[in-house]
Amino acid sequence: MPEHDTAARNAQNPTPTEEVGAFLSRRREQIAQRWADEPLFRAVFTVSRDEAVEAGRAIADALAQVAGSGRVEDTDGSGFTPVREQLAMTAASRARAGLTTAQISREVDALRVPAVDLLVADLPQASSEHVRECATTLTALMGTLRLVVMETSLTEGQALIDRQQVQLLEVATPVIRLWDGIVAVPLIGTLDSARSQVVMETLLESVVDQQARFAILDITGVPTVDSLVAQHLMKTVAAVRLMGAECVVSGIRPAIAQTIVHLGLDLPVVTRSSLADALAYALHRLGADIVSVTPGGAGPR
Amino acid sequence: MSGTAAGVDARLPIRSDLDLVWVRQHVRQAAAAVGFGLVEQTKLVTAASELARNTLVYGGGGEVATERVQDGRGTHGLRLTFTDRGPGIPDLEQALSDGYTSGDGLGLGLGGARRLVHEFAIDSAPGSGTTVTVTSWADRPPRPREELR
Repeated sequence: MPEHDTAARNAQNPTPTEEVGAFLSRRREQIAQRWADEPLFRAVFTVSRDEAVEAGRAIADALAQVAGSGRVEDTDGSGFTPVREQLAMTAASRARAGLTTAQISREVDALRVPAVDLLVADLPQASSEHVRECATTLTALMGTLRLVVMETSLTEGQALIDRQQVQLLEVATPVIRLWDGIVAVPLIGTLDSARSQVVMETLLESVVDQQARFAILDITGVPTVDSLVAQHLMKTVAAVRLMGAECVVSGIRPAIAQTIVHLGLDLPVVTRSSLADALAYALHRLGADIVSVTPGGAGPR
Repeated sequence: MSGTAAGVDARLPIRSDLDLVWVRQHVRQAAAAVGFGLVEQTKLVTAASELARNTLVYGGGGEVATERVQDGRGTHGLRLTFTDRGPGIPDLEQALSDGYTSGDGLGLGLGGARRLVHEFAIDSAPGSGTTVTVTSWADRPPRPREELR
């Protein structure tokens, strides 16, 4: 290993960083064994201890390589590359178990103590000043490891948020053709300015495409109708009217109805409590009433 | 952010549209935990939505504190305090009247929120920010009309 060569060249007078790198390579096995008993590894690798030891070896190797590069405080060091995925998995596993970022950080920090203990025990001949310098270097290196773990877990979290935001946009708003000349949009979730803009655009396009006479806005899936939501609804209604179609707002639940009244909102639009009622209204206005088949005629044949 | 998602006593920041979603969800959960019926929940959440948006849009951001309260007869309620350090409201009477807005909204937020809750208090002066405190009680009829100014 290159660290060994470096250490060998400076065997008489190694720098603390070289000493720590050499120590990490030399005592890799003991360090991994000690780490396997720490809470972090015990909690993450529950299947077998061998797995935990293997993970410990990988991290010790990575740290040795970072020390070998001479930049113990560089979180972007290429030495960390092989273990980044493993560290992210470890942090994610602890986060799923309900630990806060600070708690995970403390668990990673707990790995430092056995490593420093082993280092001190490994240098019986060295001067106390050299031991102290080596311990400081190793502490800095473990601090860098801690930062790398935090960084990878934050990156993971951000990636998750990005994926979910894209997903949310996809959920947006299908415009459904219910009948000839009747389209409906089931609105779901929060109707903020950006989403109501998307709703209005897709609805207006489909009013043209479907040559719709009626557009039904169903708000069953909108949990809160406040004045801004109402304002967005009314703007959509006005735009649909300008296209020559008529709007019906459906899915107004009793609690929402009472709230709208108290809020003082006036909805100058045809409203219905259910989508079925709204469809029946639109069909009636189109002259296509739904009628019951004469009694006895509708039985199964 | 202190407090937990399901906690009743909590302090939530209001700095973005996403925070408004969080405030609504939190108030809904807290109101359900205190024992509000569906209608009272919806009314309080809607009032919270209006006031939180005011805090964001006109106050330039701030925070809301939610707290469980109890009156002398043992009725549980929920008190929400919205605080911002924005420009303040020069004319409270005008701000509370329906249809008045200094922005481009419908002008129903403040007055509407007052009608949606049982108790409403507003403290504001130009330059010193705005604090709105609202309280609703479980199992209590809406306050009579004549109490409204």
